Amino acid sequence: MINREELFKYKPFQLDKITKEKIFGNIITELSRYHYENCNKYKKICDALNNKNPLIPVRLFKEFELKSINSANIVKTMTSSGTSGQKVSKIFLDKETAAMQTKVLAAIMSDFTGGKRMPMLIIDTKAVLKDRNMFSARGAGILGFSMFGTDITYALDENMNLDIETVQKFYEKHKDENIFIFGFTYMIWEFFYKKLLSLNITLPKNNGFILHGGGWKKLIHQAVSNDEFKHGLSNTAGFDRVYNYYGMVEQTGSIFMECEHGRFHTSIYSDINILNYRDFSVNNIGEEGYIELISVIPKSYPGHILLSEDAGILLGEDDCPCGRLGKTFKIIGRIKEAEVRGCSDTFE
Amino acid sequence: MTNLEKYCNIYRKVFELDNNSDVTTLSFQGIPLWDSIGHMNLIAALEEAFDVQFEIDDIIDLSSFEKGKEILTKFGVDFN
Repeated sequence: MINREELFKYKPFQLDKITKEKIFGNIITELSRYHYENCNKYKKICDALNNKNPLIPVRLFKEFELKSINSANIVKTMTSSGTSGQKVSKIFLDKETAAMQTKVLAAIMSDFTGGKRMPMLIIDTKAVLKDRNMFSARGAGILGFSMFGTDITYALDENMNLDIETVQKFYEKHKDENIFIFGFTYMIWEFFYKKLLSLNITLPKNNGFILHGGGWKKLIHQAVSNDEFKHGLSNTAGFDRVYNYYGMVEQTGSIFMECEHGRFHTSIYSDINILNYRDFSVNNIGEEGYIELISVIPKSYPGHILLSEDAGILLGEDDCPCGRLGKTFKIIGRIKEAEVRGCSDTFE
Repeated sequence: MTNLEKYCNIYRKVFELDNNSDVTTLSFQGIPLWDSIGHMNLIAALEEAFDVQFEIDDIIDLSSFEKGKEILTKFGVDFN
């Protein structure tokens, strides 16, 4: 039996290595068994590799429709928003998996926000949600985080122009509260920060926070570092707390949050391994390699153990100065030979 | 208008149902329009109509018409 309820007895960053291994390991083993029995393509992969817990490369979700449920039980299909001409990943959700995504995301976020809803400004356009049956990763991200917001306001119009009047009114209306700004990294930088600079507008200080993710690859091309990003937004948008998160549409919900010390954290719902480039063995702390992502959420599709196309370095385990337990890591970038692939930061 | 009528009408409005349609059996993902977008619309409409602010757990728990009544009762809305 897949007993994920056990995890909800604990806080998201409460379990040390040994305690986590027991509970988390069991769930992953059971999920592998479940997918083996319910997804024919997954079974074939296991049998061909003679491996009960195979690594599934994320690009496989583009090539094949992988699901462990009957089509009749699909309530939502999520896609990675690939740029034009590229194949997109398709992720099929049933009620149970969709609910688990929400529950896990709420638990992780609450650890950082204190669990209170805050006035929310989304640096995006409402148009991204127009097709309600087919969510891009971008739409799914916005909706997923919306439950933490009140007075939800979109800062961009359909043409990605900043509606500065709306933004200024929003800051004024909520000046005595903590505001929550959410957006994809690239869009916050391009359409919010740069626009504020060009308008020569400095928004008033606020004690809330900015949460961003999903688009660091484009910024690496522009050579914008994480520090520069934080510094820029502190100076123009008035926020000293800027949190980055790492995650992918194939494991929506179990995101990796960056703490105050600039490290990405696994929670009790997720794990990572950094794999050696040559032989895929598990690397030690400090060695660069492929990022393997593990999550307890995917049950309607076999995405619980994934090989990403990102490179990273493990920084430590159960020893982050922020006090949260679990592994910490940093991301180096995209693996060079990996197919050029859109992420949630793409927009058409 | 009683609170119950007001409550029912919000479901009809948010999910684009006829004026006299039965809403008491509705549940999250049970009809196409009560998806995650519909859910956030429902939350916003209920908060405005009853002047309450739900906690994150309430938003997650509000998975059916009946459950919504329970949650609002907790906030002091009288359905009797």
